[in-house]
Amino acid sequence: MPDVTYEPVIGLEIHVQLKTRTKMFCGCELSFGEEPNTRTCPVCLGLPGTLPATNAEAVHFGLMIGMALGCELAPRSIFHRKNYFYPDLPKGYQISQYDIPLAREGRLGDVRIHRVHLEEDAAKLIHVGASGRIHSAESSIVDFNRGGTPLVEIVSEPDLRSAADAAEWLRLLRATLRRLGVSDVNMEEGSLRCDANVSLRPIGEAALGTKTELKNMNSFRFIERGVEAEIARQEEILRGGGRIEQETLHYDVRSGALSSLRSKEEAHDYRYFPEPDLVPIAPTDEMIERARAAIPELPADRAERLERDFRLPEAQAKLLAFRTEVADFYELTVVAAGDGGDARAIANWTCGELLARLEDGQDPADSKITPDALAKLVGMIGAKEVSQSVAKDVLGTLVAEGGDPAQIVESAGLGRADESELVAIVERALADQADAVEKIRAGNDKAIGAIMGAVMRETKGRADGGEVQRLIRERISG
Amino acid sequence: MSGILDLAAAQAAEKVRAGELSAAELWEAYRERAAADELNAFLWLAEEAPQVPADAPLGGVPLAVKDLFCTEGVPSAAASKIIEGYKPPYTATAVERLTSAGAPMIGKTNMDEFAMGSSNENSAFGPVKNPWDQSRVPGGSSGGSAAAVAAGLAPWAIGTDTGGSIRQPAALCGIVGLKPTYGSISRYGMIAFASSLDQAGPLTRDVTDAALLLRHMVGRDEYDSTSTGHPDEVALPSAERLDGLRFGVPPELTGDGLEPGVREVFEATLRRIEELGGTVEEVGLPHSGHAISAYYVIAPAEASANLARFDGVRYGHRAQNGDLRSLYEQTREEGFGPEVKRRIMLGTYALSSGYYDAYYGRAQRVRTTIAEDFRSAFDLVDFIITPTSPTVAFGLGERIDDPLAMYLSDVLTVPMSLAGVPAISIPGGLSEGLPVGIQIAGPAFSENRILDAAHALERTIGFDGGRARA
Repeated sequence: MPDVTYEPVIGLEIHVQLKTRTKMFCGCELSFGEEPNTRTCPVCLGLPGTLPATNAEAVHFGLMIGMALGCELAPRSIFHRKNYFYPDLPKGYQISQYDIPLAREGRLGDVRIHRVHLEEDAAKLIHVGASGRIHSAESSIVDFNRGGTPLVEIVSEPDLRSAADAAEWLRLLRATLRRLGVSDVNMEEGSLRCDANVSLRPIGEAALGTKTELKNMNSFRFIERGVEAEIARQEEILRGGGRIEQETLHYDVRSGALSSLRSKEEAHDYRYFPEPDLVPIAPTDEMIERARAAIPELPADRAERLERDFRLPEAQAKLLAFRTEVADFYELTVVAAGDGGDARAIANWTCGELLARLEDGQDPADSKITPDALAKLVGMIGAKEVSQSVAKDVLGTLVAEGGDPAQIVESAGLGRADESELVAIVERALADQADAVEKIRAGNDKAIGAIMGAVMRETKGRADGGEVQRLIRERISG
Repeated sequence: MSGILDLAAAQAAEKVRAGELSAAELWEAYRERAAADELNAFLWLAEEAPQVPADAPLGGVPLAVKDLFCTEGVPSAAASKIIEGYKPPYTATAVERLTSAGAPMIGKTNMDEFAMGSSNENSAFGPVKNPWDQSRVPGGSSGGSAAAVAAGLAPWAIGTDTGGSIRQPAALCGIVGLKPTYGSISRYGMIAFASSLDQAGPLTRDVTDAALLLRHMVGRDEYDSTSTGHPDEVALPSAERLDGLRFGVPPELTGDGLEPGVREVFEATLRRIEELGGTVEEVGLPHSGHAISAYYVIAPAEASANLARFDGVRYGHRAQNGDLRSLYEQTREEGFGPEVKRRIMLGTYALSSGYYDAYYGRAQRVRTTIAEDFRSAFDLVDFIITPTSPTVAFGLGERIDDPLAMYLSDVLTVPMSLAGVPAISIPGGLSEGLPVGIQIAGPAFSENRILDAAHALERTIGFDGGRARA
């Protein structure tokens, strides 16, 4: 079948650690790097005789997520026990939701949401010995601080068609969750974890191919690369006439290799059954109202609004809206600029020059520049009071030291050179560079660069390039 | 001071509160009896006499506590080798409530391992003997608590009942045992066997003592989401008559399986009910014949998960062995007794993919219909009455090699457990010198009415348990 074109089909499963005060089923406060085994109690250690009690704040956050993702909320969802033995699981089962999750059938962007459910996180295993993996470890130690942290699992439908789309959609999801304030959504620290289900099918076919599951990729880059690698692997097998085995895979970010964690035959029988120690979650109208009221404007809606109200390009609107703090700074700047402000120019300066001067992920509000100052600076550019290149220097000063752009310009004598000043400088440059003037007259237009350069050097960037060029041409042709 | 030991617990508490009896004296008298325990009823005894405020409602009357309850700093092993010597860092809510009310713990009592058994022979620490005949079993799983109270080694005790584990040993030892409505007492700190069935309750010399203990055990507990507390305060029973009360006898539970001596006592009890002004009629519990089958799917299924935590990683026994898998397997192979292993395997199988609907799913549906049977029956009658056990205490070793025969010991108590309704067992009389228990069950949260009816019957029966205390 040499002519078959394959289409990747990708769905994501995301685990999000909730930022509640206490754990999912006990009163221990959540742990952020405390001494091992200091945030534990008889309940989260699974001591004999202890019982779980559902954290109301986790339910509240779960309802917010369900609503933000446009899901139907279950009137009565229940917990199940997922049974398996592992040292990071003190009860020998994880309390999770199974056939009746908290919320289902929603949508975020172009991707449908299959389900949203609550569960508890496992403890952290540290393997002592060479490889860092359990099989060859000399010993393993367990830190139960993380055990019992509330998790929300979000499962998408297989609506994604490329690795890049998957990463892009995950960015939207992360921005949405961050905006809700329900999680730190930090992939490196594990508060956001993503597995991907990947399959291929001949384009145009409705039936899904056999899928594999890629486990726990901890950055957007690794997700994109891992899914790409898996698509390539599957395509090679299919083109060679082979069959895809249903299995769980690990993507090694260093070697780029995919290795099998377990096959379908080795899959656990988790023996799910309803958790008899817990009562169902039956959200009251009051709980639902409270969750609804707690949902702010979400990134996808904000991107649409920015695009519409400020006529920003889609990509720029998303770039702003997916980082709430940047969009907040942007909108404050637009307000500061007032009626005559140029929202598109402010967006360009915010997304381009301002972000470039901040550290990765830094909130503009945490630098020295104020929305007021940025608004003034962009206004001065628009009014041609400063040149682009001076404006960039002033922005650097504003970010590092703060201050008022007009004062900075004035005290450093950086005001845009006016025409009479420029004419004198241009004429001097023309006289100094008679060779270049000759070349231009002979039709070598590139020679104008030498004259321009001299003028710009002389004015220390205070001149507007277009104006300088005009003055030069007027004099050569005139 | 044998006079002290003849007092029922509520009477002793009253005397202490009235200043007529010293709590310390009471403690010493029982401590001495318990220390001379020949029945293997106790697994641990308190050394120090506790300080109890003189006006505490339970008057400092010492309490025997089943080893299934976690008690801070005190070995709590559910009579299993796998956590032998395990000392919990906290105390079960029910125990906490009772000690706070002035019933200090005198000791931890023997039981079937993890409450799995009907004879107390499944204890890792040896069987308990029945004080009426030491060649016989005390029943189980709360056999140690029942034997201790019957023999006067403790004035009262608490146990747990999953399918009959309070009522059946109470019956076989000639004392009162009450399984309250599911949810009325917190399960927090009870080492779980079958979470949807487990319920704590009192084992006492008489009905009044049971009411007094129950009063201080019930209550909603934020640590147990399934606890509901009790809608009414538990009253001390005072009824002497049964006028207008209708007792239903389910033919499904009172047919061929009953020993003749048990049937005689049961029928005598029905006549007494009528003498006291009550009526006796037949009422159907049509699905109760399936109760044992459903129970032995549901309880082991829950147990298979509840006992997964005993894996040698964090506490209790750990096999000295190589890799993770053999650590788990060896630890559990060495630590669990044969009946516990049997039930873990049963339950694991019942929950397995492909079998879930046929076993667990179907058993849950049977459970629902049994609960409906009870609801329908209680539209017609006030109480269901049956013998508690089809037989009197059987011989040690007699059923231990025949699990099915052992499981059938609970045939009369399991239906109430599945329905979640309260039921009491009171001594109805003797058959060939051994006690016969009578079970009275009522609708959910009808404990006050059950206790009143049991009290009226108890008065006319006039059972004398003194011989077992001699």
